[in-house]
Amino acid sequence: MSQKKSRGGGGGAAAGDDPEELSRSPLQAVLLADSFTLKFRPITLERPKVLLPLVNVPMIEYTLSWLESAGVEEVFVFCCAHALQVKEHLEKAGWTGKPTAREMAVTAVESHDAVSAGDALRVMYGRGVIHGDFVLISGDTISNMDLKDALQEHKDRRKKDPLAVMTMIIKYSKPSTLTHQTRLGNDEIVMAVDPETKELLYYEDRADSSQLYVTIDKDILASNPTLQLRNNMEDCYIDICSLEVLSLFTDNFDYQHLRRHFVKGLLVDDIMGYKIYTHEIRSSYAARIDNFRSYDTVSKDIIQRWTYPMVPDVLSFGNCQEIKLHRQGIYKASDVTLLHSAQIGANSVVGNATSIGENCEISNSVIGEGCNIGKNVLIHGSYIWDNAIIEDGCKVSNSLVCDGVHLRSGAIVEPGCILSFKVEVGKNVVVPAYSKVALLPQPSNEDSDEELEYADTNSGVTDSPRYPPFSSMRSADHPTVLSEDDDLEASETGACGVVGYIWASADTGIQEEWRQSIAPIPKDKLEELQHAASVDDDDGSEDDLNNRPAVLDRDDDSDVSAVEEDDYSKFEKEVEETFQRALDGIHQDNLILEINALRLSYNLQHVDCAGALFHSVMRGALVTAQSTNGSLLKTTADALGKWKDLLHNYTKTVDEEMEILLKFEEMCQETTKEFSPFFSKILPYLYDKEVVSEDAILRWAEEKENADESDKVFVKQSEAFILWLKEAEEEDDEE
Amino acid sequence: MPEVQPLVSEFVLKLKRRKVEGSHAVARQTAELLRSVVSQHRMGSTNQAAALADAVRAVGEQLIAANPVELAVGNIVRRVLHIIKEEDISSTAVGIEGLSVTADSDDEYDSGNDDHPTLSAVVLAAHARNALRAPSLQTLLEDIPVSTALSRSASSTGDSDGKSGDKSSKARKLKHDVIAAIGDLIEEIDTCYDQISEQAVEHIHQNEVILTLGRSRTVKEFLYAAKEKKRSFRVFVAEGAPRYQGHVLAKELAEKGVQTTVITDSAVFAMISRVNMVIVGAHAIMANGGVIAPVGMNMVALAAQRHAVPFVVVAGGHKLCPLYPHNPEVLLNELKSPSDLLDFGEFSNCMNFSTQDGSPLLNVVNPTFDYVPPKLVSLFITDTGGHSPSYMYRLIAEYYSADDLVVRRKSTS
Repeated sequence: MSQKKSRGGGGGAAAGDDPEELSRSPLQAVLLADSFTLKFRPITLERPKVLLPLVNVPMIEYTLSWLESAGVEEVFVFCCAHALQVKEHLEKAGWTGKPTAREMAVTAVESHDAVSAGDALRVMYGRGVIHGDFVLISGDTISNMDLKDALQEHKDRRKKDPLAVMTMIIKYSKPSTLTHQTRLGNDEIVMAVDPETKELLYYEDRADSSQLYVTIDKDILASNPTLQLRNNMEDCYIDICSLEVLSLFTDNFDYQHLRRHFVKGLLVDDIMGYKIYTHEIRSSYAARIDNFRSYDTVSKDIIQRWTYPMVPDVLSFGNCQEIKLHRQGIYKASDVTLLHSAQIGANSVVGNATSIGENCEISNSVIGEGCNIGKNVLIHGSYIWDNAIIEDGCKVSNSLVCDGVHLRSGAIVEPGCILSFKVEVGKNVVVPAYSKVALLPQPSNEDSDEELEYADTNSGVTDSPRYPPFSSMRSADHPTVLSEDDDLEASETGACGVVGYIWASADTGIQEEWRQSIAPIPKDKLEELQHAASVDDDDGSEDDLNNRPAVLDRDDDSDVSAVEEDDYSKFEKEVEETFQRALDGIHQDNLILEINALRLSYNLQHVDCAGALFHSVMRGALVTAQSTNGSLLKTTADALGKWKDLLHNYTKTVDEEMEILLKFEEMCQETTKEFSPFFSKILPYLYDKEVVSEDAILRWAEEKENADESDKVFVKQSEAFILWLKEAEEEDDEE
Repeated sequence: MPEVQPLVSEFVLKLKRRKVEGSHAVARQTAELLRSVVSQHRMGSTNQAAALADAVRAVGEQLIAANPVELAVGNIVRRVLHIIKEEDISSTAVGIEGLSVTADSDDEYDSGNDDHPTLSAVVLAAHARNALRAPSLQTLLEDIPVSTALSRSASSTGDSDGKSGDKSSKARKLKHDVIAAIGDLIEEIDTCYDQISEQAVEHIHQNEVILTLGRSRTVKEFLYAAKEKKRSFRVFVAEGAPRYQGHVLAKELAEKGVQTTVITDSAVFAMISRVNMVIVGAHAIMANGGVIAPVGMNMVALAAQRHAVPFVVVAGGHKLCPLYPHNPEVLLNELKSPSDLLDFGEFSNCMNFSTQDGSPLLNVVNPTFDYVPPKLVSLFITDTGGHSPSYMYRLIAEYYSADDLVVRRKSTS
């Protein structure tokens, strides 16, 4: 009877909102039906990610259903890769097309040249269909939250402060202390939030877990009296945005990623003072499926009913038979053929028209519609999509098996495998852990990950036989299968064990595969991490708190100087190159211009130019001397004579002349030792050609007086000249 | 009926999304929807009652599938089917002196029934007529435009003095009667609280201690009514975890001046010895007299039985379900989100599947309902008075006809 009350309360609230709802503009949402990543390759080559079944229902259905129940009135589904398939689905599921009873209008927006979320939003802005606040969501987000509160907060804030352009939904979730990942397989996020206003001040989603510190701009600390630094928050990727967000994306055409560019851009660059706020949800659920790990986790959350009412027995899609929930979280469709001796363990879902043979054991798995599972099959923690055939005695653990896959008898699929559409696995073949198998070959030019997903955009329909028929796949000229890595695996899997291409693991590298796989992290890996963590802890206890900042400071300093060093040598190199070109006959004025430009671009001093230029001149002389076998002294003298005007440009002060001397000394000592015997002979030349003045030489000599013996070599070498200079000066004084 | 389809799918969606919950709201909205289905239905030439029943069945099937746990939906659909049958029989009974037994034979006999149910239906129809038929038939008839009458004029042979012999006007009359009867049904749903609470004084006596669990509107009205009649009594309210609707009820009762004590659900057994009567609401009453009620009720019922405290269930007529419960703990139950019980964030590390082998170590089960077997119930108080659990089947036979128990469209053949 408590029902009644909740109903009464809900109804009352809805009625109370009615007048307000009439006065406001309809709530709109932009749904990105494309993740703009490659994490679900190779599956996403053939089917867009949003249409992949999650507990037997396409992901986008969850998102659209949620948007509808949250009171969104108009949704723009932005399709990009496989746009045709997405549109077909929307039509079929009754979201678009003929006027329906849906309260929510769904419009598909198609664009083929968008390669990022930023592009998508720019296209949306271009269409001019968004009129006010809108919900920005990606088509792979599962939620049951009530938008009303967040929306109200956003609106109230907007009234007070028109610069509050975005409200980000976040959820409390503890990351694993071992892997520094959230349970969704994302890296843990460090964010700083003002506890009073909930303003987001800092956001870092790629915090390096090996470092145990974060760097926060001191302005943030200075301007906010209180600040909450949290790493136990999960970003739900549900944003309530104002219209300004779209125009911001249009103005800053280099914004691609919603978080990495847009959020960080707003926070760091402080564009126009726009602010982002957070809204924390407590009791309701929201999560985005970003990788295979989150696919697994969210599936389990759905089965455990955290997403209620987005659960299999309530949310049914299309005209499929209703699914009933039995004890222990077992969901069964009405016409499953289940032999008596087959066991279905807790937290499993079995779809419509699937038959399961004798002595099968199925646990923690989701099995789609129309699957045919033979005898003595073990399926554990896996996701089998529709119409798969699994013959007798197969073992599948912690893997993803797509539509139409055929596992012949005795095949074993080890943890973490992805078998894409219509892959066949032969008799007694073992598919090694973490392999990804697809009928389509891996694209070879894997350079820019963004563009790739769109390579096949225009073809759209994937049913077309773009891959060769099975028979030819088995023939010799097509790599039947497996293992570019080692022969051992190939022999293990048999000569033609699998129909399909094995994909090399992507950019992450094989050792990182376990992080975002469906399979749980292997035991040895966990122990390794545990060990590493305990070592870290020991370090931590040894370093006391006073010590640590000191370490940090030192690191920083050395970093800075290293950077400068690096810049200078680069600059020197460029100056030399420019000078080489000048030798070929570029006008001196242009040369000066170029060197000045270089100086500015490297942000160096005038002094540095003199040194670098001198270096170039001397190098040039050395090279000509070597090539013509002439005397080094003579060519150097010629070169100095030729370029003295140029050098004059940069030797306006004593400091700069000093720099040249020091440079010369350094060259003689380290880089070009050929000059060292001639140091005392070249020095008078420099004086003669007025490249360096006597003041500079004397100061140089003075400075070197106190230096080490090794540093004094050249001073001693030119002692006579210096003495002569001194005497000459005294004579001048006397006169 | 293309005109009602949007309405139907809207309501189906609401049920699916669990936007409409609670038997009263569901029952009322179902009845209203079915009324518009009937009024939009275009009456055919033959077999009107059967066609109308089929239309209702088609819609009913969708509604029941949308939320099988809300038994009130099915109850109302069956009530409407029963109404159609009754009205059809009564209209033939009125026109029986004229002719045409064919009209009713169409729908009654093709389902393969023998004479017996027809007879009982006639009896029931007569009963219903006494109860429901207030406005004159003739006034109803005269309001209808005669546009749809054309096709059927040929078969009208010997109608006596234009009363109801003409089949087309008979069809219109049938439709109107059905709509009127559904209107009465809606009114009955609306007034069930008053009907029930009228009986409050007979059951609650001076200085008694009443125990209830959670919050039921029927119980609330019942207690209010007793209070208004100057009865002084005390109420123990078990809070009704995990939704804690008991807190709300306690507040409402206290505002009305009723002595109220809130206890935890687990304290029920400790308190029951001081209680004179347990009065609770129900989600549905099954045909065997068992009760589907908010979770925790079975425990209260067992405690009451142990201490021989009367366990009284108050429920409106729309909660009477003609089905017998089979495995009700599972099949007539709904598991809600575990977030009612636990804070997701606090326990999120217990559900990190990357470090466990597939099976979650932490499971949370949050069922909505309990099944209370009939032997634990002392008395049902419905809008028609108090009944014992063993009498429920009889009451149900008055409201529903036996062949509607399974609401499924007959195959088109």
